[in-house]
Amino acid sequence: MNHVSEEEMTAAYYNELEPTLRAHLDDCPQCRAAFDQLKRLLDHLRDSPVPERDASYGGEVWTRLLPHLASERPRRTGLRWWTVAPALATVAIVAFIAGMLIQQRRQPVVISSKARERVLLVAMGDHLDRSQIVLAELVNATPETLDLNDERERARDLVSENRLIRQTALRSGDMADAAVLDELERTLLDIANGPANPSTSDLEALQQRIESEGLLLKVRIVSANVRQKGRQL
Amino acid sequence: MEWTDQAAAEAASKGNQQAFRALVERHSRSIFRLAFRMTGNETDAEDMVQETFLRAWKQMHRFDGRASFSTWVYRIAANCSLDLIRSRRVRGEQQPMPTDDDHPGALELPAGDPSPERLAHSEQVARLLGSALEELSEMERTAFLLRHYEGCDTDEIARALGVQSNAAKQTVFRAVQKLRRALEPAWGMTQ
Repeated sequence: MNHVSEEEMTAAYYNELEPTLRAHLDDCPQCRAAFDQLKRLLDHLRDSPVPERDASYGGEVWTRLLPHLASERPRRTGLRWWTVAPALATVAIVAFIAGMLIQQRRQPVVISSKARERVLLVAMGDHLDRSQIVLAELVNATPETLDLNDERERARDLVSENRLIRQTALRSGDMADAAVLDELERTLLDIANGPANPSTSDLEALQQRIESEGLLLKVRIVSANVRQKGRQL
Repeated sequence: MEWTDQAAAEAASKGNQQAFRALVERHSRSIFRLAFRMTGNETDAEDMVQETFLRAWKQMHRFDGRASFSTWVYRIAANCSLDLIRSRRVRGEQQPMPTDDDHPGALELPAGDPSPERLAHSEQVARLLGSALEELSEMERTAFLLRHYEGCDTDEIARALGVQSNAAKQTVFRAVQKLRRALEPAWGMTQ
């Protein structure tokens, strides 16, 4: 009889090995030794002690959690005016700035460059914050909760906004910000054009891409820089 | 009122805080155990419990009842803990994977009840396990944690992952295989 494979040993450890193979495992010294080694490792992982928490622990967690819940209402699906309004406002502001930049070549400057930069930074900060939320939700999405309708809708809004902001950043010579915005735009496009219910592997691939490129971190850094610049102006 | 998990989760997804409270009180201890096993640090584990339930509250509308609430929140906790492990690494706080030269006989668990020595040993195990779990895909990690620590059977894991039973079994096997490759050399257990 063939020896028991590593996969079968794993099944044996969790009491899922069929009886004939189990009998072989018990009788064959070679298989037994290999199995004992696996068992030793897995037992050790399971048996490592964990500090005890008594029955009142859940109540203590609730007490600490409660002040934070009020500001974090569970989100519901579907767009509401207060979620769309900032996006529309941002589009309007960015479109205005972009228009100003185009007009700048033909007419004398109407608003100071400092004021223009401040408005752009506010719009950009708001845009990056909302992009972060979409990315974070996607990174934390789980296969059993695969419904990306909400994220797709918001990604669509963010894409057009992102394009305007990126072009403005390019014109202003902020190449580093423009590069991050370019990366963000590609990911937002993938989300917007992707299926509402992707397969588990598709979701994992997208999550891995976001994580491997460190996109969320880059967006956070640019967002923090933008806010700091805004404060300094 | 005594809530079932299913009823409480449904009410909580509509914003009912008392229903959510029932879930928090019922599942905090198991989430703490998982977080400690992954982070190896009591303070971090406490923070992870809080972060897990905050994320769960924000995402309650996503909970569709296909898997049990405990499985769903367990998965969120595993992701939170992993985020912490990654951020530690970014900040340069994570210990590198030890070699058998660093920890000869590390697999010898001090005997007796949970003592400071045993807990210190647990923290070392958790650090190793945390690093090794990071090398697993999310599916593999969840499948292993549910199988090994929560005693879920293959069918329960399959439901939680939304895959066939055979795929769930394979996923557990791949996870164990990767953990062996990562942990056995570190503990001087090579064949």
